[in-house]
Amino acid sequence: MSSTTQRVAMLPHLKVELALHELRDGHGRPLLLLHGLGERTPDRIPPYLQGWPGPVHGLDFTGHGLSTVPHGGGYTCEALMSDADTALEALGQVTIFGRGLGGYVGLLLAGSRPREVRGLVIADGPGLAGGGSGFTSPAILHVEPGTPGPPDPWALVELARDIRPADYALDFARQASQLSGLANPITVAAIGRPDWLRAVVDDPFVAVGTVADALEEYAAIA
Amino acid sequence: MGWGPSGAERAAGGWRSGAVWCRAGPVGRSAGSEYGAAVTELAQDAEFVAARAYPGARRPDRSRLVHSDGVGLSVVEWGDPGDPALLLAHGGFDFAGTYDEFAPLVAASGWRVVAWDQRGHGDSEHAALYTWDADVRDAVAVLDTLGPDPVPLVGHSKGAGIVMQLAEALPHRASMVVNLDGVPSRRPVPDIADHERTRLLADELAAWLDHRRLARTGQRKPDTIDGLARRRQRMNPRLSLDWLRYLVTVGARKDPDGWRWKIDSAMRFGGFGPWRPEWSIPRMAGLGVPFLGVIGLQPEEMGWGTKPRDVEGVLPAGAEFHALEDSGHFVHIEQPHHVAGLVTDFLGRHA
Repeated sequence: MSSTTQRVAMLPHLKVELALHELRDGHGRPLLLLHGLGERTPDRIPPYLQGWPGPVHGLDFTGHGLSTVPHGGGYTCEALMSDADTALEALGQVTIFGRGLGGYVGLLLAGSRPREVRGLVIADGPGLAGGGSGFTSPAILHVEPGTPGPPDPWALVELARDIRPADYALDFARQASQLSGLANPITVAAIGRPDWLRAVVDDPFVAVGTVADALEEYAAIA
Repeated sequence: MGWGPSGAERAAGGWRSGAVWCRAGPVGRSAGSEYGAAVTELAQDAEFVAARAYPGARRPDRSRLVHSDGVGLSVVEWGDPGDPALLLAHGGFDFAGTYDEFAPLVAASGWRVVAWDQRGHGDSEHAALYTWDADVRDAVAVLDTLGPDPVPLVGHSKGAGIVMQLAEALPHRASMVVNLDGVPSRRPVPDIADHERTRLLADELAAWLDHRRLARTGQRKPDTIDGLARRRQRMNPRLSLDWLRYLVTVGARKDPDGWRWKIDSAMRFGGFGPWRPEWSIPRMAGLGVPFLGVIGLQPEEMGWGTKPRDVEGVLPAGAEFHALEDSGHFVHIEQPHHVAGLVTDFLGRHA
């Protein structure tokens, strides 16, 4: 029914190119993998995602994997949401599996494109917590010039400080729940509970469950 | 099969993150070359010549390039290079040239006025990514070219927010702070139902993402100098067409099919994000250097809407504050002589 491939499409997005890996082709709605902070798309589909019946793709965020490493930093999760939206534009409707940072970015996209994201699974992974939920003392960050990437060292330092207020995250969860038309547009499989995720979990339209159960439910969505 | 770096990346050292000091330094650029060449070519353009003849405006005395972590920033200066320096930050969607009338007035009082185009604005490089924190880092890169001593930090609107953050992060680099209509207040909460707010936010987010999809291939619409000025007047209704035409000659470029603003077309006015404006209030209150705030009370779209009652109890100790009844957001453009007088008097008292 499907074959394992290693094809990579380079998607132009503003001033960068984003690597969209096709881990498995096939028919039906794709599963889009969003990696954690400092990670990249894996070479093969992890065993716990093998149950997805359709195609599987993975996006390398800006500054990660095979995607462009830009100069001068300036990373935000909102910019990464725009990265993920570029994959969405290429693939059409998707179900998203996000690890850590990718789970939070997936939440932003699920709230912003509620008709295109047909289910989001948030899993533990690097960058799940971000930089806390409130304002912090500012710092002037520095990165050693010439530090090789990927991952871009600016991504590592900036996205580990990215502020994620609980009510801000909840806005996106509510948009997904009110505008997607799905009974459970978001499933939290992570055991980590930073403030933003605790607020999301408390929303009645957000489910807590296993990856396998969530994928089975989302795969059944027409 | 893991989510970590590939073997090739690991071998190349791509695993490692660095967090040690990196200093930006100035990169030489012959003073005035950019403007000189442009002006020479445009000297035959009657519309350009007429627009450029705005009384009181003066292009910078010097220009140079500073690299901030690989992003090229256009830095300009007015005044005697031997005078004490101050750093001047422009507002969002503006550029250093919007100070072409105000800055010479400050320089005439014995200051070396140093401004820069923020990344993506004016003659600075268009970056892949834009954030407030990166703008503050860029400000520090420019500041570092002025030496280690603290200097006055002056900013308008977003630029005021940038210099206030800089002054909190590096208080030993700021001798004074001047805030021109960038004084924060609590965000007004519209009286609308939750579901309506959700719809509005979703529409805004989709529009932002759509803009970024279109900006991939699109570019700004070309126009005449007058046409660009008239379009900008919709956002800056209190500024004269003569001034806005002048700004076009500085902040726009002439392509074969017409004039376009130089600002990165990926940028979009408005926006959203996790930052809460009210978080700036304790930052301002906690500044430990002399502080001057000037606001305009006439409401307009780009203004912050701050009223004198909003700042009661939240200004730094000993702050000087002026609310201009007959000015909008661009206090330094609407009343350049008055505001420059307020600023230079303040600087002179605390220098």
